[in-house]
Amino acid sequence: MSDEASLNLFQQQDANRRRTVVLVAGFVAFFAWLGFGGDYIYYLITRDAPRQAYHHAFPWFGIGLSLAAAAIAWYAYRTGPQKVLWSTGAREIVDPRTDKERQLVNVVEEMAIAAGVPRPRIWIVDDPDPNAFATGTDPLHSHIAVTQGVLDLCTRDELQGVVAHELGHVKNLDVRLMTMLAALVGAVALMHDGTSRVLRPGGGSSDERKPSPLVLILLVVWIVSWILAPIIAQLLALGVSRKREYLADAMSAQFTRNPLALASALQKIEGAEAPTTHIKRGAAHLCIADPLGRRLTSHEGLFADALATHPPMAKRIAILRGMGYAQLKQEKR
Amino acid sequence: MAPLAFLLVLVVVAAWLIAAYNGLIALKNQTLNAFKQIDVQLKRRHDLIPNLVNAVRGAMDFEKSTLEAVIQARNQAVKVNATGPEGIKQISRAENALSSALQRLMVVVEQYPQLRATGNIGQLQEELTSTENKVAFARQLYNDTATQYNTKQQQFPTSFVAGLAKAQPADLWEIEDQGEKAVPQVDLSLKPKT
Repeated sequence: MSDEASLNLFQQQDANRRRTVVLVAGFVAFFAWLGFGGDYIYYLITRDAPRQAYHHAFPWFGIGLSLAAAAIAWYAYRTGPQKVLWSTGAREIVDPRTDKERQLVNVVEEMAIAAGVPRPRIWIVDDPDPNAFATGTDPLHSHIAVTQGVLDLCTRDELQGVVAHELGHVKNLDVRLMTMLAALVGAVALMHDGTSRVLRPGGGSSDERKPSPLVLILLVVWIVSWILAPIIAQLLALGVSRKREYLADAMSAQFTRNPLALASALQKIEGAEAPTTHIKRGAAHLCIADPLGRRLTSHEGLFADALATHPPMAKRIAILRGMGYAQLKQEKR
Repeated sequence: MAPLAFLLVLVVVAAWLIAAYNGLIALKNQTLNAFKQIDVQLKRRHDLIPNLVNAVRGAMDFEKSTLEAVIQARNQAVKVNATGPEGIKQISRAENALSSALQRLMVVVEQYPQLRATGNIGQLQEELTSTENKVAFARQLYNDTATQYNTKQQQFPTSFVAGLAKAQPADLWEIEDQGEKAVPQVDLSLKPKT
């Protein structure tokens, strides 16, 4: 580990801690905006109502929604990893039964030693498509999951590369940010679905008085932000994961000293056509390769940049090969 | 104005001193911890070897010398209990001897298909590969951390604080055994061994 690399690691850890805080704060602030915004609009509407009618003076919605958002964020932090694993139907290997499982446990133990982190808990997703992901809140509470496809297709060295890549995510605290993101994106989508079902039929109150333009504008902005919430959350999830993959690849090379093995593992993962059906969109950004098919990640460009959760595979493989050949050249000397 | 500026400089220097000192101490402890990790893995390997030898002994009467070498190297390595700066060198010499003895054993096992046919050997091979890897990776982590520690305490301007933090250059774990350094000879002639 060069000095520069370690500096990079600490910066990355700090950045991830900071970004997690920003994410949670943004999440709570967004719900506060929805709540207090609603309160204010309701207040403006009921302000001119007759004396004995209801006047909305105390911001119940705002306080309620903010508290709910904080509670959800706390709940997501506590149970996020379990929820992610549960959504993929992973099963934990406590005591390995087949030779392949034994090998996986051994490889994870080896790479945990190389990375200098405690051994994470190990899970298998019963899916023939090769893919892998890591989740958790910090290195002490982390999980690594690989699909059956990885175990079937990869050699020991390639498995090592894949596991080391995931441990890279664990070590630089990517897992905390990405798991929180998955949990919060899920919460937003769920609440959006729930509330839009409630709001749609009972929306139009039979109020004949004309509201002022200010109220109208506020109302429009407020409704638009309701509608956009899941889309914004999704875009956020896309944006954070791409650069991290290059860094985790580099960390894998540092742990195994064998970048060519990861390159060939990535090639096998890329070559497998089928999407990973067990891993849903909500957890896609956690994976080593996009589980939703590989069309978007086959090239880099404006469209792919905006929509892909992962950088182009060809570029990742090329970078890893470059590292491998540089290493070979150095050894020859 | 002047005293204020002086005070400011003093505060900045003090803050840097504290940060540099704490950084060195953190690295020192990481290095010590990484070294302990090697110990743990070596201990694990010492415990595994008797099992391994028992498992192959029956089928390998004709390779007594290889097995003897492994057992001897293992007992030698267990015995070494040195501490201090010379300690690392002694331990690493004994462990490297054990590594190469084990490697010879693995090569021998490869040459007997009837040995590999029994499922046990497959598992044992995996266990042994993993054990060797664990030792190697623990060593790699130690060397990486120690290099980082050594670089930090020699670099300007942290080098001024090195004495204060009682920082000493840590010894790297080197591969001294010539056999392990040399490129293995690959025989592709497919001739049966005589």
